[in-house]
Amino acid sequence: MNSAEFLLWVRGPGLNIAMVIFIIGMLIRLLEIFMLGRKQNLAELRGNGISAGLRTIFTRSTPADKNSMRRSMFTFVAGYGFHIGLFVVIFLLMPHIQLIQSLLGFGWPALPTPVVDLFTVIALISLMALLWRRLTHPVVRYLSTPQDYLVWAATFLPLLTGYMSYHHLWFPYSWLLGMHILSVEFLLILFPFTKLTHAFTLFISRWYTGMMAGEKGVAS
Amino acid sequence: MSKATLDRGVQILKEHIDAPTAAYFSSCVNCGMCADACLFYTETGDPAYTPINKLEPMRRLWEQEYTLVGRIKKLIGLSKPVTDEELGEWSDLVYHACSMCGRCSMVCPVGNDISYMIRNIREGISAAGYAPEGLIGATTRAVEIGSPMGITMHALNTQARNIKESSGLEIPFDREGVDYLVLLSSMEVINFPEYLEAIARIFKQAGKSWTISSEAFEATNSGIQIGVSDIARELVSRVVEAAEKLKVKTVVSPECGHAYTAIRWDGPNLMGRRFSFKVKHIIEVLDELREEGLLKVEGIEESCMTFHDPCQLVRKGGVIEQPRNLLKMIATNFVEMEDSGKMNWCCGAGGGVSAIEEAEGIRLKAFNRKKSQLEHLQVDTLVTACSNCRIQLEEGLEVNEMDIPVVGLTEMLADHLVEE
Repeated sequence: MNSAEFLLWVRGPGLNIAMVIFIIGMLIRLLEIFMLGRKQNLAELRGNGISAGLRTIFTRSTPADKNSMRRSMFTFVAGYGFHIGLFVVIFLLMPHIQLIQSLLGFGWPALPTPVVDLFTVIALISLMALLWRRLTHPVVRYLSTPQDYLVWAATFLPLLTGYMSYHHLWFPYSWLLGMHILSVEFLLILFPFTKLTHAFTLFISRWYTGMMAGEKGVAS
Repeated sequence: MSKATLDRGVQILKEHIDAPTAAYFSSCVNCGMCADACLFYTETGDPAYTPINKLEPMRRLWEQEYTLVGRIKKLIGLSKPVTDEELGEWSDLVYHACSMCGRCSMVCPVGNDISYMIRNIREGISAAGYAPEGLIGATTRAVEIGSPMGITMHALNTQARNIKESSGLEIPFDREGVDYLVLLSSMEVINFPEYLEAIARIFKQAGKSWTISSEAFEATNSGIQIGVSDIARELVSRVVEAAEKLKVKTVVSPECGHAYTAIRWDGPNLMGRRFSFKVKHIIEVLDELREEGLLKVEGIEESCMTFHDPCQLVRKGGVIEQPRNLLKMIATNFVEMEDSGKMNWCCGAGGGVSAIEEAEGIRLKAFNRKKSQLEHLQVDTLVTACSNCRIQLEEGLEVNEMDIPVVGLTEMLADHLVEE
């Protein structure tokens, strides 16, 4: 397989396979969650659970309070750095928007590529910092499983290969681009079957927690 | 209760895995932030005490039973089944080193309600036969005698008589159609008899009718703490039946955190029906009396005071402003503890921890969080509204040779009532 054939495959059949696995896998995961159901709350409510649940979906993106932020400062800084960086790279880089446009039929304005490049670097550095923490911090090391390292690598690779493609580092561009797309496909295939699902399910978690607390009159 | 076995434990655990739990386990990325919010971790530095780790057997069971990949892994023998030894080991983590205070649930960035799941994993671990001796004892006494500390009506009658002799106040038993059915915690009957007298004085001044049921005066619920819903239901039903028999408007939970949760929030769900009466914590009732102008106080406490928020009131009950409104009526020098209100740190003894003898060491270690908060504040008096917190605070302060009196808010208010 030469580089052109490789690129053709990852852009065509490869991407299709990955997308199908990703979408069906995620649908199964969401069904698995919702089908478990939950009991109706019969206690007299103190507050509106629905508005509280919706509120918590947003407020949990920020620290609970100043002291909690101080105590978990490293995770907050690196966590924000990585997630914001990743969001900008995925959704505000011109070639990505073009791909989305070709798939969905609509797009939006992109950020200048050098700006996205900066966010890529922020995301890469943050991810490395989080890996270092995973390997060294007593709590995080204790909690970590092989899957945590696998999903770290699966997230790191698309960012790294994307960065290398843009800067034409070390390898021919078409191979780099092919590797970049392949690494994204790897990520998509892993996604529904690992804790990468949190990108979707965290909204469900926040909703339930916010709602259950809100019914008791607690802003969670 | 049927015989405790691993199979039963696993079965009960499975029954307690619901949609929120599945969403929570799907969302956790092992970031470790819950550890920073847990006093059992911060005061010991032991990573095993990280809140989410306390759920590991339940997480694996969820994965093996309720996810596609987990089921495939189980089928081909790639997954590690939950074992008897493991549940025994986890008993220490979920009973000794967790007060279900819910701080972790407030900080989790993906929004997991970890303490909600702890409540549920306790159901499985107790069904497997690994609940701590101390809690089993308390629960057995609650079922058989009517109180986890073995208090009977005799003790309460004696106390009522003493109050009548010393103050002339009548403690009304089994009156129908009154405003309030007052419940007590054993702790109050044994250690803080001031509470009952305070209630009698306050309601007399406010002109409210009230009663105690001789059939159900105990508010605490060991079934909730040990995690046996059948027993929790039985204990709650005694209160519900008494309230309905006496046709009261409101059932008043005493100065106790989990008793409030047990009746106010878990009660209707355990019984499977809505209540015909209201359930309020005594602090809520007092604040309503204040609002109606029925709580007339005089004299001001000048000593420097702070309030320890019982976790079950703030994080699980939404009672945050009420104690402050009340304190401000009688205290000029009230200062807030750091992280007060919704994010307050637990005393270290809630959720049944205080009933477990083997947990004494870690319980007093966990108290170091409160100790450093209090050292920082330098107050003369510590006020709270939970007798379980109060016992732990008194013991912790004693052990650490700190001379700060701990006072219950209700009795402090009663001391300031305008004499008629």
